[in-house]
Amino acid sequence: MIPPLSRPKRKNPLLRTRLPLLPPGARSRAALGLTAAAALGRFELQVCGHCGTVQYPPREACHRCLSDKLRWREQSGLGELLSTTAVHLSQDLFFRERVPWSLGLVRLDAGPTVVAHLHGGCAPAPCRVRIGARLDKSGQGVLLAFPPDEVLNMADDRQLREMTCDPKFRKVLVTDGKTAVGQAVVRAVIAAGADLVWVGHAEPWKRLPGFAELASLPQVAPLALDLTDSGSVKQMAGEMGGKVDILINTAEVHRAHGIASRSGVDAARAEMDTNYFGLLRLAQEFGPAMRARGADGESSATAWVNVLSIYALSNFPPHGTFSASKAAALSLSQCLRAEMRSGGVRVINVFPGPIDEEWNQMLPPPKLTPEALANAVVKALQEGIEDVYPGDVAQEWLARWQESPKTLEREVSA
Amino acid sequence: MSSLISLAAELASGMVRVVDLTQTLSPEFPAIALPPEFGQCWPFRIEEVSRYDERGTAWYWNNFSCGEHTGTHFDAPIHWVSGRDLPRNATDSLPVQHLIGAACVIDCSAQATADPDFLLTVEHVRRWEVVNGRIPPRAWVLMRTDWSKRTDPVAYQNFDETGQHTPGPAADVVQFLIDERDVTGFGTESIGTDAGQGYHLKPPYPCHYFMHGAGRYGLQCLTNLDLLPPTGSVIFCAPLKIKNGSGSPIRALALVPNPKV
Repeated sequence: MIPPLSRPKRKNPLLRTRLPLLPPGARSRAALGLTAAAALGRFELQVCGHCGTVQYPPREACHRCLSDKLRWREQSGLGELLSTTAVHLSQDLFFRERVPWSLGLVRLDAGPTVVAHLHGGCAPAPCRVRIGARLDKSGQGVLLAFPPDEVLNMADDRQLREMTCDPKFRKVLVTDGKTAVGQAVVRAVIAAGADLVWVGHAEPWKRLPGFAELASLPQVAPLALDLTDSGSVKQMAGEMGGKVDILINTAEVHRAHGIASRSGVDAARAEMDTNYFGLLRLAQEFGPAMRARGADGESSATAWVNVLSIYALSNFPPHGTFSASKAAALSLSQCLRAEMRSGGVRVINVFPGPIDEEWNQMLPPPKLTPEALANAVVKALQEGIEDVYPGDVAQEWLARWQESPKTLEREVSA
Repeated sequence: MSSLISLAAELASGMVRVVDLTQTLSPEFPAIALPPEFGQCWPFRIEEVSRYDERGTAWYWNNFSCGEHTGTHFDAPIHWVSGRDLPRNATDSLPVQHLIGAACVIDCSAQATADPDFLLTVEHVRRWEVVNGRIPPRAWVLMRTDWSKRTDPVAYQNFDETGQHTPGPAADVVQFLIDERDVTGFGTESIGTDAGQGYHLKPPYPCHYFMHGAGRYGLQCLTNLDLLPPTGSVIFCAPLKIKNGSGSPIRALALVPNPKV
């Protein structure tokens, strides 16, 4: 039985803010396969291509037949909880502040026995559990034993919340609320229990559909934020940057041009100014305070979400300059992820395929609805996923890109 | 004593005041907005280079960017398709003699307050001339609307779903001012020399079309026009000398007699 999360008390302003610490983050190169899968929300283990053995912990070779033909394969995670323990004393600085910490020994149906963090909803051992992989605050993949079926208040488990970025009771900044995607994201985080949502809107004289209605919601605070204006970003970070727990960057300029279809660089520059430099301005001004608040009580700063594009992986020539700006943003986001890690703040990149909006008017379906994109963002926050590929098109591109980036390049430029 | 020396003396004594007709260039000041598929005029943006810090220890400076038509600015004839082939039609080639001249200020503030889509007509100008005398040749005509007092950018832009609603000249008055009064240019306080709904006039954007087609100029986003007398002031409105430029932000100034001194 998990007690429901109650609204965190206001912070005592006389107490020093706890500094963020990270759990042990060192991994071998082989072990990073677990992290790579967990970043996508998958639990994968090494499977021997020669004898079929599933093994854990990850190694350079199969522990049974010594073959090096190891493949990471998705696992159901079902298994038997053999025994449990709770750590009450730890010399590790991170766990020292979080004891007691529950652990369990689980024998997977697939073979190996693993030590896993234990979700509070699991029955006493022996019982059936399901192992899932999550990213911890150091950004590394770890194993968590869940009850096999959904239990009440599942997401509110204290140990699980150290590995997720649930918007419940948190304060969220959505950087542009004038687009359909921005508005859908605002509504989705409110539905997920966000306490307060600042909604950025540039060029206030442009009254675009839906914004006035959105601004009238009780959880919404409109914010005059223009990512192309360094002064505006700096001022808003000064005014409320110290309170942002989750930043979701939805601001985007999208023009449907390749190189030959538009003369001059003005449209491409506008894309770069918002999609790349806008992210840089945000990161410089909002990053430091969020990084410092990574362990600031139950509603600490926890996540930074960038809405990128599947075209960040490989250029889609009909939208070529937009693709380039998103590729630049992806690269910068990797830098941001490395820099935010010391604060335990997760950087989540979302790679949607074409969204059903005006600049994709001429593209045939399937197109991702803004609502589906927003739900994928919330799901990633709740489940601690780092790289999100929402929808069929994104999933298909991802699979083709993982198989062969060159093949994908030739296919989409045909 | 030459008139210039006496002007300098009157400036020093305060008998002639200098009025700043310029809006401050800031990122918040609205830029003209076109449908998004068109190219856009850059708004004013400013980035610090250094401020007595590790980027430059003893000096403070900025880089700024903007369009030729950002803030209080000047339109050259080459700005419009009707003036594209005229001689000396750009900011670097135009006769600088044109950049200093007498101003005739027509007060339309009451009408613009009552109707944001107010259009100045020939009849209004003729009535103004009954009181203030005939507009002299090569004068600048400035349309005072007090629009610059709308400090909220939303009210200043005044968009609704049918576009912008700001005052400006009707088509016939523009032709009248050129053909019958030989004006140097036309200036407004709102974001264009044409009305917000000027696209729906005949021809579209008549002030741009006729003025620039006749080699005349435009000034927009002016302020402090309420501090100028209807006649008797002189304005300075030199654009930056941009090679083949279509316009430029300006520091617009007016010399105004000050009878109190």
